[in-house]
Amino acid sequence: MTDNTLLSVDDVVVDLPTPRGNLRAVDHVDLRVGAGRTLGVVGESGCGKTMLSRAILQLLPKKAKLSGRVMFDGQDLLQLSPEKLRKLRGRSLAVVFQDPMTSLNPVLTIGTQLIETLQEHLELDDATAKKRSAELLAAVGIPAPEQRLQQYPHQLSGGMRQRVAIAIALSCEPKLLIADEPTTALDVTIQAQILDLLAREQRRRHMAMILITHDLGVVAGRTDEVAVMYAGRVVERAPTPALFKKMRMPYTEALLAALPKIDAAPHTPLPAISGRPPDPTRPLKGCSFSPRCRYADGRCHNEKPALAEAESREHQYACFHPIETGVGASV
Amino acid sequence: MQQASTSTSPEPLLDVDNVVVEYPVGNKIVHAVSGVSLQIARGETLGLVGESGCGKSTLGRAVLQLRRPVSGRVLFDGQDLTAMQGDALRSMRQRVQLIFQDPIASLNPRRKIGDIVAEPLVISGVKDPVRRKQLVDEVLSAVGLDPALVVGRLPHEFSGGQCQRICIARALVLNPEFIVCDEPVSALDVSIRAQILNLLEEMKARYGLTLLFIAHDLAVVKAVSDRVAVMYLGRLCEVGPSEQLFAKPAHPYTALLIEAIPVPDPDVRPMETVPVGEPPSPIAPPSGCRFRTRCPRADARCSEEVPELRAVAPGQFVACHHPLIAG
Amino acid sequence: MATLELSLDEDVAAAPARRVRRLGPLFWLATGWMIFVFAVAIFAELLPLPSPTDMDMLERRAPFSLAHWLGTDGLGRDELARVIYGARISLVVGLCAPIIGLIFGGALGMLAGYFRGRFESLVVGSMDVLLAFPPLILALAVTAYLGQSILNLTFILGVLSIPAFMRVARAATLTLARREFVIAAQALGATHSRILLRELLPNVMLPLLAFFLLGVAVIIVVEGALSFLGLGVPPPISSWGSMIGEGRESLEVAPRLAFIPAIAMFLTVLSFNLVGDTLRALTDPRQGAL
Repeated sequence: MTDNTLLSVDDVVVDLPTPRGNLRAVDHVDLRVGAGRTLGVVGESGCGKTMLSRAILQLLPKKAKLSGRVMFDGQDLLQLSPEKLRKLRGRSLAVVFQDPMTSLNPVLTIGTQLIETLQEHLELDDATAKKRSAELLAAVGIPAPEQRLQQYPHQLSGGMRQRVAIAIALSCEPKLLIADEPTTALDVTIQAQILDLLAREQRRRHMAMILITHDLGVVAGRTDEVAVMYAGRVVERAPTPALFKKMRMPYTEALLAALPKIDAAPHTPLPAISGRPPDPTRPLKGCSFSPRCRYADGRCHNEKPALAEAESREHQYACFHPIETGVGASV
Repeated sequence: MQQASTSTSPEPLLDVDNVVVEYPVGNKIVHAVSGVSLQIARGETLGLVGESGCGKSTLGRAVLQLRRPVSGRVLFDGQDLTAMQGDALRSMRQRVQLIFQDPIASLNPRRKIGDIVAEPLVISGVKDPVRRKQLVDEVLSAVGLDPALVVGRLPHEFSGGQCQRICIARALVLNPEFIVCDEPVSALDVSIRAQILNLLEEMKARYGLTLLFIAHDLAVVKAVSDRVAVMYLGRLCEVGPSEQLFAKPAHPYTALLIEAIPVPDPDVRPMETVPVGEPPSPIAPPSGCRFRTRCPRADARCSEEVPELRAVAPGQFVACHHPLIAG
Repeated sequence: MATLELSLDEDVAAAPARRVRRLGPLFWLATGWMIFVFAVAIFAELLPLPSPTDMDMLERRAPFSLAHWLGTDGLGRDELARVIYGARISLVVGLCAPIIGLIFGGALGMLAGYFRGRFESLVVGSMDVLLAFPPLILALAVTAYLGQSILNLTFILGVLSIPAFMRVARAATLTLARREFVIAAQALGATHSRILLRELLPNVMLPLLAFFLLGVAVIIVVEGALSFLGLGVPPPISSWGSMIGEGRESLEVAPRLAFIPAIAMFLTVLSFNLVGDTLRALTDPRQGAL
């Protein structure tokens, strides 16, 4: 653990009671994010990445049971009072969600939502807050910012709305920004612009960022480290180049192989992963990926692998039969 | 608009001739499709790609006459679908099918899977229930589902990937010739997408299908298509063979799309994209070339004259006054 | 080369993923009361009751006794018998009138929501006109013209309930008609009637039925109000409303004469509401999939 670790998640477990039994959304996850660094969290739907981000933000549904430790900037978030947490959120800890249409209040103007956040956390007066808001909108690339302050979310396009959401998130100079699938709902050309914006702002403010996505392409060029999640657990964690070039976890390999590549010839059969992710209300005894894994054997079905280290401490994986492969090697 | 035809087959299975689709929203008109012509040969897969609002889904529905074009013709196997009504159109529908983006919403939540997949047979007049059951079981096995475990259940008991298999089964049960796939894998998880794409390829080979594959994901489109058409704000930008088009795009928009795709390779650093703004609204599209407001190569001519599709390479057609490949 | 899912997970194969919603005791109490009221109303003749029209002038406003369990009313008629026969009226009108609304309003609403355009404007417009009529005045006018009878009462209340059912059906159809499974049916070449009956009706039926039960509750109260005012069922037929009206005169001496039918009406209406709400929540198929 380095000294400038901003966020450390230790052995976090999130359980949700459902009519079909207990649903373990997050299963003993450890994570570290250093100040100014970007962590990518990759996984498919149901892998627990969204619940993990909610756990960090302490925004879980009422029925959820959370255990473990989340240390942010030296404080354990699980122990903080709701009042202290509220002061932290929006100020030092900011979020951008997937769907800007629902994360922005449709009946308030953009200006109101921005100014509200600024005044709440920074206690600025009206004039200063308004000026700051216009500056923020300009910084995120919205043309004619003063006019936009008067507009409502539905008058803006999806890309614009997401920029506004980012402006709100960045308004109080947070130390950590959690971006939960920020571009999934956007077109690919807008996606590139938004990701560039996030990267630029992050560099400028020396801000840490957690980028949650299902798209391995998004994390490849824009993160320092990647954690791959499957069925509530982190199954591989590595610095980004190492993950793509020297991945160990068969799931990571299979996920990468199953992506259609733009430089592959048409009608190349895709090596698909058979089966589906497990039912989270019925956890498996052994490795969660074993039913779908081509390297699985008896031990994999009976024992859950713990996170082991690869050649460096920063690269960890949870597998009894790790592989060594690189980008471009066709499976 | 000039036809972007293939040089191989004499008589295309589908011939879309200058189709225009517009519809009112409030007191404005959305110009969803503004004069698109293309042809698909029998046995071919044409990929139709573009971002949201480009009109590709509308075009797909217009081909099936689920949204009637304002003008233009759609010729299927020589017969004009736009001129058909009632029973004649209904009987044509058995040869042309559709697969949707949201597999769970495509299935009636109150009907059993067996009934849903048998519905096309009932509509087309297969009266014998034994025969129907046989056909349903056959097609469900073909898509990789065990009929015994599936027919008596309701859609909400299945995952997205399984529902899409059921939708594909329903589309195949009448042995159609042509299927329009409207974003069939966009709503599915990454690891399931490959399964469904493989399934579509397999079904295409097995049933001898011709496909119109609509998607916004270029890599997905390239993986299954023989030729690709790129659409922007209701017009075609470029049409050409898949490999060729992606290796050497002629239209600036195609190049922009290709560049914007996030590549899962850490060595490929994404270049800082030139901020090119947002797509305009289809209610008030720009004059002349509709891409000119975001195009680095645009000039005065582009705002005055609508570019027509013309050949710039064998089989590759582009609608641009300043294409990246000189024709 | 497709990798196929040839079998479902065991848990799906073993049991369907329907969740069992615990029905609270309130639901069962409500259902129990409803069944009781129905049973008693249907089998009224079989019960050992004095006739509700037999007047015993010597026993007017008699208190509870073994001969008359709930006492007698102002004209010496057995209160219990009157309440039970009154239940009949309330239930008959309460059920039949909304059925008229359900059938006609539901059909109009579905057609309007599906076909849209001018037909929809016509339907919605005419329903608005119907809604604009003050219902009580309309009921008065109709009964004055056609005469007071259970049939006329049911008829007029049924017609007045058509717009509400139309709105529910239209709203449900509007959301459903745009869903992909309806477009899929169109793409298969299904005729309009097939789509309406096979695809839309099973989905629209549920909100309509839930609304129907609430409609029953409302109509019982409306019938009660009309009878209270003397505009509902004609004497000597007893209805809870008319009983309350008659009981008004004896409020100081024998308040039970007004309260007993009122309590019966209250419990019945409450039960219909509870059961309707619960059934609506239960039968949403999406809730079965987690």
